[in-house]
Amino acid sequence: MRKPRTKPAAASKYQPVRPFTEEEFSRVRRVLGQKVLFVQGDAAVSYGALLAGCRFFAGYPITPATETSEILSQLLPRVGGVCIQMEDEIASVGAIIGASRAGAKSMTATSGPGFSLMQENIGYAAMTETPCVIVDVQRSGPSTGQPTEGAQGDIMQAKWGSHGDYELIALSPSTVQECLDLTIDAFNLSEIYSVPVILLTDGIIGHMREKVVLPEFEEVELVWRKAPTRPKDEFQPFFDDGSKIPETATFGTGYHTYITGLTHSDTGYPATDSQPEHHRLVSRLCAKIRDNRDKIIKVQKDYQDGAEENTIGIVSYGVTSRSVNSAVKLLRREGLNIDHLRIITNWPFPEKEVAELAGRAGRIVIPELNLGQVYHSVREAAAGQCDIVPMWKTGGEMHTPDEIIRVVKGNG
Amino acid sequence: MKVFRKAKHIREKYLEENMWPSIFCQACGIGTVLSCALRAIDKVGLDLDKTVFVSGIGCSSRLPGYIDADGLHTTHGRAITFATGVKLANPELDIIVFTGDGDLAGIGGNHFIHAARRNIDMTVICVNNYNYGMTGSQLSPTTPVGGIATTSPYGNIESPFDLSALAIGAGAPYVARWTTIYPHETMMAIKKGIEKKGFAFIEILTPCPVGYGRRNKLKQGKDYLLWFKQNSIARSRFEKLSEEEKRDCRKVVIGGLQDVEKPEFTSEWSRLVDKHFVE
Amino acid sequence: MKTEMRFVAFGGQGIVLAGVMMGEAAIADGINAVQSQSYGPESRGGAAKSEVIISDEDIDYPMVVEADCLVALSQPGYDRYVGEVKPDGTILVDRDLVEIDQPPRSGSFYHLPFAKTADKLGNRIVTNVVVLGSVCAITGAVSKEKLAAAVKSNVPGKYLELNLRAFEEGYSLGQEALKRREAEAK
Repeated sequence: MRKPRTKPAAASKYQPVRPFTEEEFSRVRRVLGQKVLFVQGDAAVSYGALLAGCRFFAGYPITPATETSEILSQLLPRVGGVCIQMEDEIASVGAIIGASRAGAKSMTATSGPGFSLMQENIGYAAMTETPCVIVDVQRSGPSTGQPTEGAQGDIMQAKWGSHGDYELIALSPSTVQECLDLTIDAFNLSEIYSVPVILLTDGIIGHMREKVVLPEFEEVELVWRKAPTRPKDEFQPFFDDGSKIPETATFGTGYHTYITGLTHSDTGYPATDSQPEHHRLVSRLCAKIRDNRDKIIKVQKDYQDGAEENTIGIVSYGVTSRSVNSAVKLLRREGLNIDHLRIITNWPFPEKEVAELAGRAGRIVIPELNLGQVYHSVREAAAGQCDIVPMWKTGGEMHTPDEIIRVVKGNG
Repeated sequence: MKVFRKAKHIREKYLEENMWPSIFCQACGIGTVLSCALRAIDKVGLDLDKTVFVSGIGCSSRLPGYIDADGLHTTHGRAITFATGVKLANPELDIIVFTGDGDLAGIGGNHFIHAARRNIDMTVICVNNYNYGMTGSQLSPTTPVGGIATTSPYGNIESPFDLSALAIGAGAPYVARWTTIYPHETMMAIKKGIEKKGFAFIEILTPCPVGYGRRNKLKQGKDYLLWFKQNSIARSRFEKLSEEEKRDCRKVVIGGLQDVEKPEFTSEWSRLVDKHFVE
Repeated sequence: MKTEMRFVAFGGQGIVLAGVMMGEAAIADGINAVQSQSYGPESRGGAAKSEVIISDEDIDYPMVVEADCLVALSQPGYDRYVGEVKPDGTILVDRDLVEIDQPPRSGSFYHLPFAKTADKLGNRIVTNVVVLGSVCAITGAVSKEKLAAAVKSNVPGKYLELNLRAFEEGYSLGQEALKRREAEAK
């Protein structure tokens, strides 16, 4: 059969790349039904993606992330998008990068073993400045570990997993509602900074059900990548207009852009034998994130007014923040001065905020579901201003508030 | 003269002028493959604004860079996965993948068979030169038994893949194999592949005199010419052989090897969406 | 008010769904809920646990340490968790699936025929909904109306009537048990 060379007259509803209007947003709301839902974190991530305009999902089944694939395979056709189960996680990231280059907001979801496989292509997305979202529902590792248990063991891998010098953005939700909200943020950040964004949920939140309130169109900001402003014959896909973030020409729009993971000049073509070009390129890739850290980084400061000598700081992130919140309430009831810094943006790391806390507190307690990851960044940022007390726990169970209370009181 | 006018037309219309000279070695066959592909594209009348060239890593994977169109030069072995994403995100685009034997069937073998199985509309052009050329002539999944490569210095003892048979076995609806000594037939096969609504695979046996050739008594382009001639048989002639002769035939069958109709992924997905879409 | 509930059973007895329906009812009542579960790798027959925390305040730590209410439909589940109930907590145990040598010393203990009630209705599969009815009557953690609505929205149409009857039967079972206990207390 010869295929028709022209577009069929009756256009299909299958259009992953379409202007994301209020109409599309309301369609998602209609598909999701009620405004208030009682759902798992994996579901909230899926809903957040749809509300953010994601119309392409590629994934491979893996506990505890599979629910996202299942939900999106059901919902994406209903909003004109596409969901494909690839042959592995390497293929999944390849597909979402391809889809993004063709103009679709795209996402994949996985857990530890799959996240390890994805690293080379995540580096490719960083090098080629391709917006995309990767959800890592963390479980205990290394290797196959505990498939059904939650963990926070991939924080460092999220930043350093691929080879070479690059920056990306990673976010850690601590509630199911935040799974939805931060998925929308993840898409926006990836579009603004042309960078892969990692959403670091975990097996506990991924499978936990909690109340989620869906936003209205007016309540969310939805961002799309910068379109070319120059004429086609002058357009250079990696030209830095001063913002350090290039404009993106979508495939199929006539700009004839060449995208390569090789070191490239502004034109997109290889410049592998040039030391200055390489240095300029990777420096810009890092600077576009580092220079905008104040705009990117989100933390929640639950500090007590008028810090005193005996203030104790706690740094937390992700699901662990919930144990800390419970502990802080009880500790304050007992009259202790506690400053709690909840990290929402794990990467770029909120060094300034941690340094500030280290200046206020006599010591900082940092509970994590691993054997010491953010601990190192906290220690580096605190720069010796105060003691850093790690609380490491692995095996799939959260710290209980009691365990945190004991360590904060110095009886750990 | 007509031939030269045609060459000028192809050069001016399709080639990215800033990228020349190419990285290819003397007497390399990849240029012939590019020429065949561009002539096929010209014959079909593909709109270069709506065509995306995707490739992995290796000599042949550099081809998209020489074409004045959208190009995606991806990671090693993964071209087809990226191509899948591009096609599925915008089914209006035509996708042409350039790959090599190592890229496609070594590191990327799994993606190759799955894309063929899914039958996603794209044309995969594989330059099979029997070795990893770019890294200096290492053993590839298609190196013949006895073939000398830098990582099989005593001769290859592994059975090679028959890439076209693999594609057919995995379900590709269009498969053809030619050698660069038949540029017209190669061009026509690519044309048919582009016109096929589905996964089309064209394997092109290609000389690599500087890499594989000089280690295997194929130092010159003309050595390859002879080697390809002696070791290949046209499908039309092969079909006429007796069953016994077919069984004993050690030659590579070239020609159109598969051409059937199968439901294509994006068409099927389109139907699925139209059925479940919420207005 | 904060109620921490723990359901334990064998996989396949529907306690994860029971926890979900409890949580949905709480949300519909306008309060907060967190539901989580753990189970072995097999989807049928292994140990299953479903926890729900219902509270009119924000729920931070989402796990149950000591339950206000333990529901046990399996012997190993009961044996493992009966010691992790608050002193004034409530324990509901299936009379036919779990053997009790001696009732626990603290808390309100109910030994009720959930599975048998479901059998009488014609299908043991609705045991979990009988349980929900009783839990609702005895603990009052969520409203009967919203819990019935949650049951409605979670069961397939052709089993709707059966499930609603199971819910009502379970509710009566709980009410009667509560009355008996109050009478005994007087």
